[in-house]
Amino acid sequence: MLEIVNLHASVDGQPILKGINLRIGAGEVHAIMGPNGSGKSTLSNVIAGREDYEITEGDIRFHGESILELAPEERAHLGVFLSFQYPVEIPGVTVSNFIKTAINESKKARGEEPLDASSMLKKMREKMDLLEMDKGFLSRSLNEGFSGGEKKRNEIFQMAMLEPTLAILDETDSGLDIDALRIVANGVNALRSPQNAFMVITHYQRLLDHIVPDYVHVLFKGKIVKSGDKSLALDLEERGYDWIKKEQE
Amino acid sequence: MSEQDQILNEVTSSEYKYGFYTDVESDKVPPGLNEDVIRMISAKKNEPEWMTEWRLDAFKIWQGMAEPEWANVHYKKPDFQAISYYSAPKKKQINGLDEVDPELLKTFEKLGISLDEQKRLTGVAMDVVVDSVSVATTFKKTLAEKGIIFCSMSEAIQEYPELIKKYLGTVVPKTDNFYAALNSAVFTDGSFCYIPKGVRCPMELSTYFRINESGTGQFERTLVVADESSYVSYLEGCTAPQRDENQLHAAVVELVAMDDAEIKYSTVQNWFPGDAEGKGGVFNFVTKRGICERGAKISWTQVETGSAVTWKYPSCILKGDNSVGEFYSVAVTNNYQQADTGTKMIHLGKNTKSTIVSKGISAGHSHNSYRGLVRMGPRAINARNFSQCDSLLMGDRCGAHTFPYIEVKHPSARMEHEATTSKIGEDQIFYCQQRGLDMEAAIALIVNGYCKDVLNQLPMEFAVEAQKLLAISLEGSVG
Repeated sequence: MLEIVNLHASVDGQPILKGINLRIGAGEVHAIMGPNGSGKSTLSNVIAGREDYEITEGDIRFHGESILELAPEERAHLGVFLSFQYPVEIPGVTVSNFIKTAINESKKARGEEPLDASSMLKKMREKMDLLEMDKGFLSRSLNEGFSGGEKKRNEIFQMAMLEPTLAILDETDSGLDIDALRIVANGVNALRSPQNAFMVITHYQRLLDHIVPDYVHVLFKGKIVKSGDKSLALDLEERGYDWIKKEQE
Repeated sequence: MSEQDQILNEVTSSEYKYGFYTDVESDKVPPGLNEDVIRMISAKKNEPEWMTEWRLDAFKIWQGMAEPEWANVHYKKPDFQAISYYSAPKKKQINGLDEVDPELLKTFEKLGISLDEQKRLTGVAMDVVVDSVSVATTFKKTLAEKGIIFCSMSEAIQEYPELIKKYLGTVVPKTDNFYAALNSAVFTDGSFCYIPKGVRCPMELSTYFRINESGTGQFERTLVVADESSYVSYLEGCTAPQRDENQLHAAVVELVAMDDAEIKYSTVQNWFPGDAEGKGGVFNFVTKRGICERGAKISWTQVETGSAVTWKYPSCILKGDNSVGEFYSVAVTNNYQQADTGTKMIHLGKNTKSTIVSKGISAGHSHNSYRGLVRMGPRAINARNFSQCDSLLMGDRCGAHTFPYIEVKHPSARMEHEATTSKIGEDQIFYCQQRGLDMEAAIALIVNGYCKDVLNQLPMEFAVEAQKLLAISLEGSVG
């Protein structure tokens, strides 16, 4: 589904990603771990198409086609979703209005009919139940005055509504207490299917107790330096990153 | 949702959407201004002698006045002798829609305000002013049953001279300012509305202005009188065809709210703003003011997206005790547009309250100023004001300015003023794009959210039009 080939990217001339190779197949969950500043958020932003990054080498292919030339919204229309590490506030725009607009813009781009109001509402209710969210949530201004946990839950709610084929979760677990973590993980697990894939960026093993990955990759200084199965995450939890840093030096 | 879609669809079309002009034969006086021209206008309208004298008096006052220069706008002053002060579509005397010039009806259709549709679907009574003369008035009968008068100003001068004599010029006197004096001398038409004691007007009253003829100024005069304990909601929409030269629009609106009456006055102003290089466009120099007697309330709501230069301060004189004034405004400037707009809240009575919510949006090379005065007089015990003035900047070549004036003469007065300046963040746009919205849709969404407090004050059908206008006027402003 997603194929990243020798990807190099820089910000303001400063190289951040220095040759990433990664293949994610349908139905798979990949965890990306690594110390601060290793390029994890850059990788997720580059896949989503943020303009501040310059791709100096390599390619990103989605379903076999390069997406480097596509605008962020076009990538979204193909089914790429990014759960932001720091979701922005948009005052005056309600959660429900935002989601409606997002869903129908994507449908329009795919040449589909917009979702009618009652189906929309039904779907919203369903997904809110799944994520144990309060009904009043829909009429609040997007992320305005939300607690850290509410913001993250709102990201997962949007993901559940948009039903992406590839979801990138950028440190979705940071700022969540144990209960919220469980709820969010349950939400993600409910969406797992043989047709879609997840890329989960995290610092901690604890999220991976709930969302069990098929593969774990360690990103260090802009490269994937180690890959393995879920036991790699446990190793990292126990030993930290120092041994990996040493291996690299 | 489907509305949202339509709005977004329309965002993709560019240029000034209402820039066609209607080929209607019109009766136009030669350019220039002197006593003879004023007498001619008055004569063409079969006005009584007192009205002619009133105009001539205003003209004398105007001649002794200078054009104001304190506003934060820069433009080439109009040549008042090069303007034609009267342009009326020929073939007047209309008894029904079928007698209205078909060309004109087509114009309304293009604007999406076919009178027929308006009548049937929305229940909005419209007094349509094209180049200063009211062409058709609808729903008169329904209104008449309640004793409500809603007609053109010309008709009111003929039919209700006592009311006009009593109220015209009482809120905005001829001596008020340069443009008000000019308007008093040469106004060609406008709307008059009277709501009797205790009557709640059952529908939104609406006037649609449109400048059609080239080289004409539009000087309408609107007077709304709400008698004791009555209520009326009044809507005003404006468009103008696209022309190279600047057109002048200098209107006067006067509102009288007697004891316990309420007037809600909403404007969506979409005059041609000039092209992307700043050529052409309407000069919009308007005086709007209302007076509140005891317990009365006046609420101004405006969405200003058009005009090359806007100079406009809808104001409330809170004369009676316990009266309330409100001002909700969205002013958008793009390209080379300039707006200097705001309000005055003059607190004279006890326990008077006012609220000001102003949202400025500047894009392109434009300049957008909020200018507001809150004055609390020596007898305004316990007067209260809340002001919120927000500015949103798009790009780095535009300017936003805030000029709040505060005068307080009684120690019990309470005032709050909040002001913010923000930019549409790349973070916000990227967030929306990641969810599938393109750049234009993202901006439309963010801007509409920003203006929500004001848009919520508009009647439903106007709110939708206003949202579209916001999106259209900000096309191509980022990216």
